[in-house]
Amino acid sequence: MDLRYSDVDEAFRARLREWLSSELPKLPVQPARDDWSARRGWDTDWQRRLFDAGYAGINWPKEFGGQGATPSQHLVFLEETTRARAPYVGVNFVGLLHAGPTIIAEGTEAQKTDHLSNILRGDEVWCQGFSEPQAGSDLAAVRTKAVLDGDHYIVTGQKIWCSYGQIGDYGELLVRTDPDAPKHKGITWLMLPMDLPGIEIRPLKTVLGSSEFAELFLDEVRVPVSCRIGAENDGWRVTNVTLAFERGTAFVSEMVDALRLIDDLSPYVTDPAYRRELGHLAAELDGVWALTKRNVTQAARTGVMGPGSMMIKYAYSELRQRLGELSMKVLERDVLAIDAVGEFVEERLRTLALTIAAGTSQIQKNIIGERVLGLPKEPRP
Amino acid sequence: MNFDLTDDQVALRDGIRSLLMGRFSMERVREGFDRSMFDELTEAGVFSLRADGFSWADSVVVYEELGRACVPGPLVGSAGADAVVDVIEGRSGDAVWVEHLASLDRLLTLGNDGIREIPAASLIGAEADWPLDPLTPAHRVESLPAGELVGTASEASRLLNELTLLTAAQQVGLASALVDMSVGYAITREQFGRPIGSFQAVKHMCAEMAVKAEVARAAVQAAACIMDDPDTGDMMRSLHGAKIVAGEAAIMTGRTATQVYGGMGFTWEVDVHLYLKRAWVLETRFGSADTHADAVAEMLPQPEPSQR
Repeated sequence: MDLRYSDVDEAFRARLREWLSSELPKLPVQPARDDWSARRGWDTDWQRRLFDAGYAGINWPKEFGGQGATPSQHLVFLEETTRARAPYVGVNFVGLLHAGPTIIAEGTEAQKTDHLSNILRGDEVWCQGFSEPQAGSDLAAVRTKAVLDGDHYIVTGQKIWCSYGQIGDYGELLVRTDPDAPKHKGITWLMLPMDLPGIEIRPLKTVLGSSEFAELFLDEVRVPVSCRIGAENDGWRVTNVTLAFERGTAFVSEMVDALRLIDDLSPYVTDPAYRRELGHLAAELDGVWALTKRNVTQAARTGVMGPGSMMIKYAYSELRQRLGELSMKVLERDVLAIDAVGEFVEERLRTLALTIAAGTSQIQKNIIGERVLGLPKEPRP
Repeated sequence: MNFDLTDDQVALRDGIRSLLMGRFSMERVREGFDRSMFDELTEAGVFSLRADGFSWADSVVVYEELGRACVPGPLVGSAGADAVVDVIEGRSGDAVWVEHLASLDRLLTLGNDGIREIPAASLIGAEADWPLDPLTPAHRVESLPAGELVGTASEASRLLNELTLLTAAQQVGLASALVDMSVGYAITREQFGRPIGSFQAVKHMCAEMAVKAEVARAAVQAAACIMDDPDTGDMMRSLHGAKIVAGEAAIMTGRTATQVYGGMGFTWEVDVHLYLKRAWVLETRFGSADTHADAVAEMLPQPEPSQR
């Protein structure tokens, strides 16, 4: 048991560091939060730079245009890009972390050809269309209806929490194709071309005062059957493939970022009680970071994430709530203006979502309890 | 990077676990520490791990198992010794609590000037009639003798780090056992016609315990790996962190296990209280979570002097 990166990994780190230090100063000024077309341009420009330098799709297999990095190199990549304050994955998130890996695992040859390299180059942006007003934690309760009509599905319904809905080229869409089957058996996973007639997109204003998400209204949208990923009514299984990627390493950048935020907040923390709490938080985050390394090791050896992956998201996101609360106490009256001191208040607001998105803490605890500890399931009504 | 037990470490863990299950049943553990326990653990190689070529990463695997089995005694202080030894922080003249005094050959004290050795026979104190942990007898020594200087200040701080690590490993073992006990109970105990572990209120308590224990194990093993190979991290920060999260995990899982067991958790008969009391005892040794948190905070960027 050791924590020593291999010489190959360290050489990879050194090359990446050098590239980041020469590339980051060349980036244009970051656009305003709600200027979505500019944000798309800025984020996809970064993705193109990664692509040109041979870093796009770092953990995607080489045969699909990725870099085929080992899990430990992937960890190095996330550590270094976050520490260098390189741009976050941004509007490329759904394509790179959700849709792309799902197409790799479940897509047809034609779907792979049409989408994977475009996602890697930053030429194709994806948005999310999983949740619905009546299907949040109970995602399998989706009602958006799709009826087969020749070589098209006619889709009608409503989606919410569509990340990057305003600027997406494609959406990952869960629809109900068999209303009579048990709820997990009647779902299909579709790629939704966002320029089809019948799609209405409304920005959804969040607690930050900006529109990180959209609502999607679908009125008899004709989606080609060729846009289906996997078999009809097999969409719940495909969805779990998608979400497994999210539970893998999607939170590593966030965690490195949180450790940096602790360092950034520390010079403002003068009260001994608050400094003690900061020390606790740093230690606990270090522990979750160690668990991440454990998980990466197990993934490298067995190909699947260990039980730790179910725990990391829960532990990390709860710690962020505590760090957020501490920031608010430390800044006292300076919290009255969100941008008065550093990014702490904005982060406090943004991270309210972390214990909700991608499975609430309560859902995570059900998963840990049932899948890791083997406790009996809650009886289903 | 292979941050998981190697095959050898799995064999080491399984070996010590089966030895403890076979010879250190709760029935025996409940009778407390004695010479025969010390001799058997010595024979098993528990106190000579380092001398026998085992790494710190190996050592924490073994000490986690000692914690899991709730084995009592001055196990950390006796590491590397050929006698029953405990180690405490303290100076000449201090009023201190000494654990297991009747079983000790000698006591080492860690102070600013180094390591001091005090023969157990020269320690005078009254034994507590009602010790917190019934398996950890405590004597109140009103004035610590000066003892003989046997190690330098830097040797003292190195020893302190090593014992802190092994204590944290024991705490992880306590936490891990408490998770297993609680999950087992939540699966078998039925109320309202269902196993109580099917209720989210209980299931979530178990999940919270499991997360605390897993994070603590990762933190302690990381600290051990860094002690073995200091280039791979910040040893002091990882060590402080390990003691913090392991101590909190042990106490939190002990308290939560008591809750999962309900009324039975408040009985002498169920083992939960022995684990929780041990967790509280170990929390007092080699720095509490709060003192280590203060030390971590000292390592973070500091405020300008004018602000302090």
